[in-house]
Amino acid sequence: MDPIAFGIVAACLLLAALFVVTSKNLVHAVLWLALTLATTAVLFVLLQAPFLAGIQILLYTGGVITLMLFGVMLTRRHERVFIENETAPRRRVPALLAASVLFGVIASATYRTPGLPAGPGRTVPADEIGRSFLGEHLLAFEVLSVLLLIAMIGAIVLARKADFGKEQSRVIPVRGEKAT
Amino acid sequence: MSLQPLLLLSAALFCVGIYGVVSRRNAVGILLSVELMMNAVNINLVGFAHYHASHVGQVFAVFSIALTVAEVVVGLALVILLSRARKDIAVDSAEALRG
Repeated sequence: MDPIAFGIVAACLLLAALFVVTSKNLVHAVLWLALTLATTAVLFVLLQAPFLAGIQILLYTGGVITLMLFGVMLTRRHERVFIENETAPRRRVPALLAASVLFGVIASATYRTPGLPAGPGRTVPADEIGRSFLGEHLLAFEVLSVLLLIAMIGAIVLARKADFGKEQSRVIPVRGEKAT
Repeated sequence: MSLQPLLLLSAALFCVGIYGVVSRRNAVGILLSVELMMNAVNINLVGFAHYHASHVGQVFAVFSIALTVAEVVVGLALVILLSRARKDIAVDSAEALRG
């Protein structure tokens, strides 16, 4: 892996990630996340994992970002594209503390671990990954497909309008507000 | 180039994600930060796969990506449900859900 290319990709990745968590507009945050995930695909190419880079683009930048944008648009009443996404001021310091302490722990552990030399580096062909799915990892693969089915059914059951049987879904009252 | 810069990068991404999870008020913003953290995990998996010149890490990363997508689907369904019931998806206003 070329150190210069890695440096550029890492800088882009960190910058985009910081914008994801600090951006005041939720739509902008989603778009910064799209940039983060696409840059990760570039990093996968640098790490000689072209198959995963393709998966990353297809599933994350294609699927998850679209889903997130739909989620943003569906959950807010709004006229413009600006959707506020403030960080809570009183949580900012503990959040910073938690993040930096964890990073310190991981970084010191990484530096104390001796000898992680350059990997031999080999581009894994997609067919090897596919054979592994249907060979040694067959059980995990099948369990995963069942999990995806369960998630799909769960999402439909949760997000469906409760329109048959009952006329209205129950409204949970806000504090200090009467239930309707 | 050794593996350590890659591990540090993924640790930094994970910590940025933690910052987002703790400090965001909007439920969708929290989901975005969780995405960042899962992404850091995938970078780690692929990095170790590269280092060992093995395909197993990449297989694991595919599993992890599929799990993340399932999690996002269910999470967004919950957020939409919350927004329908409450007209507001700030997490501290969901306190009424407590037992």
